Amino acid sequence: MIASLIAWFSDPDHWSGPGGVPARALEHLGYSALALVIAVLIAVPVGVWIGHTGRGRRVVVGLSSALRALPTLGLLTFLAIVLQIGLRQAVIPTTIVLVVLAVPPLLAGTYAGLQAVPREVVHAARANGHSTGQLIGQVELPLALPMVVGGLRSATLQVLATTSVAAYLGLGGLGRYLFDALAVQDYTTMLAGALLIAVLALAVDGLLLLLQRLLTPTGLRAARARV
Amino acid sequence: MTWISTNLDFILSLAWQHTLIAAPAVLLSLLISVPVARLANATGWGRKLIVGGSSLLYAIPSLAVFVILPGLIGTRILDPVNVVVALTLYGAALLVRSSSEAFDAVDDELLTAATAQGHSAWQRFWRVELPLAGESILAGTRVVSASTISLVSVGALIGVQSLGTLFTEGYSRSFLTEIAVGIVGTVILAVVFDVVLQGIAALLMPWTRRQAGPRRTRRSAAPGTARADDAVPTPDPAVATAGGTR
Amino acid sequence: MATHPFRPGPLSARLPEAVTPRRRAVLGMLAAAPLLAACGGDPLSSASSTPAADGASPGGAGGVVRVGSANFPESEILGELYAQALEAEGLQVERKMQIGAREVYIAALQDGSVDVVPEYSGNLLGYFDKEATASSSEEVAAALEGALPEGLTALTPAEAENKDSYNVTAGFSKEHGITSLADLAGYAGTLRIGGLPELAGRDYGAGLSGLTEIYGVPQEKMAFTPISDGGGPLTVRALTDGDVDVANIFSTTPAIQENGFVVLEDPKGMITAQNVVPLVSSEKVTDRLRAALDAVQKKLTTDDLLAMNAATMGAEKKQARQVAADWLRQKGLV
Repeated sequence: MIASLIAWFSDPDHWSGPGGVPARALEHLGYSALALVIAVLIAVPVGVWIGHTGRGRRVVVGLSSALRALPTLGLLTFLAIVLQIGLRQAVIPTTIVLVVLAVPPLLAGTYAGLQAVPREVVHAARANGHSTGQLIGQVELPLALPMVVGGLRSATLQVLATTSVAAYLGLGGLGRYLFDALAVQDYTTMLAGALLIAVLALAVDGLLLLLQRLLTPTGLRAARARV
Repeated sequence: MTWISTNLDFILSLAWQHTLIAAPAVLLSLLISVPVARLANATGWGRKLIVGGSSLLYAIPSLAVFVILPGLIGTRILDPVNVVVALTLYGAALLVRSSSEAFDAVDDELLTAATAQGHSAWQRFWRVELPLAGESILAGTRVVSASTISLVSVGALIGVQSLGTLFTEGYSRSFLTEIAVGIVGTVILAVVFDVVLQGIAALLMPWTRRQAGPRRTRRSAAPGTARADDAVPTPDPAVATAGGTR
Repeated sequence: MATHPFRPGPLSARLPEAVTPRRRAVLGMLAAAPLLAACGGDPLSSASSTPAADGASPGGAGGVVRVGSANFPESEILGELYAQALEAEGLQVERKMQIGAREVYIAALQDGSVDVVPEYSGNLLGYFDKEATASSSEEVAAALEGALPEGLTALTPAEAENKDSYNVTAGFSKEHGITSLADLAGYAGTLRIGGLPELAGRDYGAGLSGLTEIYGVPQEKMAFTPISDGGGPLTVRALTDGDVDVANIFSTTPAIQENGFVVLEDPKGMITAQNVVPLVSSEKVTDRLRAALDAVQKKLTTDDLLAMNAATMGAEKKQARQVAADWLRQKGLV
């Protein structure tokens, strides 16, 4: 199995052209990035609002776990039919499904991050004359940022692994290797595809980890310890 | 709607098969991850390994794991066991991480106190650490339960029947009702699992019940423990008052 | 979800000594509950009461016949025909429908996960004999006998047939003068072809390599879009939307007539005859099983396939099980 895997990876045919690894990896990253950007645009504002006001937490927590239970495959096939899409727009149902997947962890990370900001800090900022906007923008969000990125990391991991389903609707991405190999029971290609997806996901995760470290304001650890 | 009533038997049998795959996977992940998390916490590198390892596993698409497993563990390709094992791995990866955090959050002071009272490490684990970490472990288990139930349906792509069969079959003939029934059925199943989990947790950890029902109900639910009940102060004053107002 | 494992209270109340008896009982239950539950419904325990678990039990046990199907509606209808005919014969049947593509269910037959699968003679022959040249129904049936590996038996082929077919829209056909696979090589641009993912990797039957080797369409002039919908609605839609120029759709798909597609002729017989034939694990072949399945095979026609497909895929959306039951009753087989 290892030998055939090595052979697969050293075959130059697998590295060039529209079906090659670089092209497929780029497609994969593209679908994932699109979904993540949309998810961030939805989840972060909502998360900030909940974290800041402390309102609506129950509703959102409930909604998030409901979203988690939604079967990806079911949602994908449902949307593919209900949106009456052809192949051209298959990216729409795929993106919706991935956004649904990415929102719960992002939302959780954001509001938990804001809620973890010590009350004294918030009161101090208020006393200093910060407006609500300034309070959120200059105090709460920066302090919460590491946890927001933490949410982004788990969302990204899940999205990158799940973007494979795009191939079920005929799109590209690394999932192509999985579905094509599944159809002909080709274990080597299947394994190669899985490895590539895992490696891509971990590489992106590593980058985000770095970002998370960079974004942690100095002194935050000390602030946390005091709570 | 007529489709649902004429095919109710079929739908229910798929839901049952879905349950037969999901339930063992959730239970096994719980049984595996609690001891593993506790042991790993005892060593510094163990925790790092867990955090890294669980994200590694999560980066691998479930479809690939389902297909590759028979080659690794010697099962047949249509065997539902493949899906059970794969989902146990995913569940354990997630749960071992949250359990590890739960044990980590247990107050050191309490552990020291327990040791001072003459508890062995074993007694301390069962009587202090596990009960205290219980609520967080429950929270993690609920997440695992929801995502496991959702993932079972991917098994339909490799011929393992579940509510997911309604997706592949419905898709191949553009039949929305069938897919919708599969989605709703999966969510209902997830809710049922969640309620059962919370019910079990309420029995095992009565102090976690914020809005406890009448005490009588609790007693009749767990008759074996009723006699000890009065002697046991509820650990959380807030819960004690909530339960006692009735 | 609250992650506080414990609300801080007075230390005396938190001391472990005070909570021991109740906790011990409770923790005992915590440890035992999952084990008990696992014994009840765990597929791992291969309890015979659980339909899903039987794949794990040793093959041949108890004489249960496991009937499977490929992952497209017609195959499931055929699987149901066989399953219900066997049940009417008094055999115990277990269903494993929607398994996957040929490569998957053949592997499942060979490892004992399933015992009976509906097949199509030409593709089955091509799967086991890449060099097969048989083209007509009779030739294929004859060649099949020698081509099947040990352990697999093909029963009597039916008259009913369902081939792969390459289709273009009427407009495309008119505009480019393409009515046959032989015309494809003369097409000026790149041909966008849609169909099941396995077509790309298959070097037999309707696989893309046949278009190159038999009809001389250069590989670089074909752009293939794999669609995992069992040759169903999305493939049809891709063709009507103009996302592909040529779509591989099963010939008994009602949508071909509904949309007025032009089925490309196959003058060189690349797409071989595809008569419906039950493929059975040899150790499961008994006189009773053979008699029950032969009765179905004798009466099954291509028009029946079209009608049954229309019932499952069309407005009625009947389940395969129901459609099969109706047909068997109509033919007096149950």
